[in-house]
Amino acid sequence: MGAKRRFRNSSGIDIQEVYTAADLDGFDYRRELGFPGEMPYTRGPYPTMYRARPWTIRMFSGFGSAADTNKRYHYLLEQGQTGLSVAFHLPTLLGYDSDHPRARGEVGKCGAAIDSLADMETLLDGIPLDKVSTSMTINATAIVALCLYVAVAEKQGVSPDKLRGTVQNDILKEYIAQKEWAFPIQPSLRIVVDMFEWCASNMPEWNTISVSGYHIREAGATALQELAFTLIDGLTYVEEGVKRGLKVDEFAPRISFFWDLHNDFFEEIAKLRAARRIWAREMVKRYHPNDERSYTLRAHMQTAGVTLTAQQPLNNIARTALQALAGVLGGGQSMHTNSFDETYALPEEQAVTVALRTQQILQAETGLTNTIDPFAGSYYVEKVTNQLEEGFYAYLERIEGMGGMVAAIEAGFPQMEIADAASSYQSLIDSGEQIVVGVNGYQTPEDDPGIPILEIDDRLEQEQVARLAELRERRGKGYLRALESVRKAAFGGANLVPPILEAVHAYATAGEIMDTLRDVFGEYRDPGYF
Amino acid sequence: MDGHDRGAKVVARLLRDAGFEVIYTGLYQTPEAIVATALQEDADAIGISVLSAAHRHLFGETARLMREQGLGDVVLFGGGIIPPSDIRLLEQMGVERVFLPGASGPDIVAFLEEAVARTRRSDGQA
Repeated sequence: MGAKRRFRNSSGIDIQEVYTAADLDGFDYRRELGFPGEMPYTRGPYPTMYRARPWTIRMFSGFGSAADTNKRYHYLLEQGQTGLSVAFHLPTLLGYDSDHPRARGEVGKCGAAIDSLADMETLLDGIPLDKVSTSMTINATAIVALCLYVAVAEKQGVSPDKLRGTVQNDILKEYIAQKEWAFPIQPSLRIVVDMFEWCASNMPEWNTISVSGYHIREAGATALQELAFTLIDGLTYVEEGVKRGLKVDEFAPRISFFWDLHNDFFEEIAKLRAARRIWAREMVKRYHPNDERSYTLRAHMQTAGVTLTAQQPLNNIARTALQALAGVLGGGQSMHTNSFDETYALPEEQAVTVALRTQQILQAETGLTNTIDPFAGSYYVEKVTNQLEEGFYAYLERIEGMGGMVAAIEAGFPQMEIADAASSYQSLIDSGEQIVVGVNGYQTPEDDPGIPILEIDDRLEQEQVARLAELRERRGKGYLRALESVRKAAFGGANLVPPILEAVHAYATAGEIMDTLRDVFGEYRDPGYF
Repeated sequence: MDGHDRGAKVVARLLRDAGFEVIYTGLYQTPEAIVATALQEDADAIGISVLSAAHRHLFGETARLMREQGLGDVVLFGGGIIPPSDIRLLEQMGVERVFLPGASGPDIVAFLEEAVARTRRSDGQA
């Protein structure tokens, strides 16, 4: 292994041997940093941050049947996680039922199989929705998931205005990176704004969107691309809400964000800080909100799955811990830490416990929560924060020059930037310039990882299909009238939340609701850039 | 049903840059559609990336359809999130090689060059 010749971070910023005050010439504390909880929020969205309340430990979780997942939720809550996070299986994510031909082989494999209110009730059984906040990672089918959650809560006697949580609902990053879409862009944005509008009046404690950088980064983007595309997506959503006629303060306070926590330690800290500052300045400049929550960026974070290795999987524990540390120093509001076995399968109980304990150790043992934004004033960190901000503005100019993010997506711009970055990174690994421990350096011969691996029984699919058949049998015909209301609203432009809520109560399935919407809106086609 | 295409795209580019003619089908292909495309394009090889743990069904069904449609000589390979304990099973189903996370670009290219050359020789092609 040769010595590294180039010193730079993922964003391509050259890194100096040493940084001094000269690198921050003209730096103005009040203008660039301020105090936590005040403009421009570089140091954090809240005045007291972790001293008053640590970040939420929120482990993304779901596999097999709703019942299997419910068990894991109880386990995680008992073991001290402080918020729930739901992983749905691919059919639900794409809006298909478990008995759809395309769902063959996929049922319960990547998340919980949720086809109807019955499954959702099982998923959340024994969990008091007025006490626990829940994040649901779902996008194309987000409106259905939100209604399922509200319906379960209503059955528990909890009204929507008491519910706390988040639905990811960030369709733009699907077209850019994760590719779990259903409808074309315009109807999808209409659905997002329907949810902003309905929740503004009915669910004031609920985050209607989690504008995500994670997936963009995992697809191969650099930290700068992650930052830029995510914040520009966020601004695009705000503009859509305003175009609908909503006042910015009605819905912007409930916009949240989601960052990746990748390998370059200081770049990640700088990224989180730059993001808060940019969001605050841009939102104030564009919309002049009265409510400061409209320009306070709050974020969930997840350690970078893409950096984990199949080789020597126990090393992933170290990777996750270091990435989590960057997140804490960057000042995020909630965090998921990956399990060491995730390059093989969904997390086994022992592995997820280690991931959970990693966060608890950070909270309890390291002294990290004693002060806020400890890297403020670091010549290096402030310099990289500034450089990422400059890079953001360069991308903003380019994308606005194309006509905005939607036009840029239609032209394939962010997708190609990401594909280029992913290929470049692979070249660095193939050439040995980037060493990945255990993969192209420090290898040990091993045929078997020697760790327990979670297996989803193939019989689950048949069981779920049987449950679905039984549901269709016993539910009566009310769901048909409800689906007709959904169709009318989709076609006519009325807010889709009320008719979908009615449909889920009538035990219409997720697939049936999404089919109804697909009939009206059509389907998005993958342009197939590579 | 898997939308995660970073690996598929990186491999598609690697192979294209190595001189292969690559037809990237895009996402959400069924085994039927994949085999139909391979037939139509007279492909020497089919590569599939699966991160959704549905690999046993997807590779198995694809291999079965390939044999059914006379594409038994076409090289079937792939990768993704696949437990090593499933590799033997996939090979028995007809997958010639499974690349796990961390596989190197040069290894993938070398494998495919050798595998395709071997198939062409046994077909009596140049």
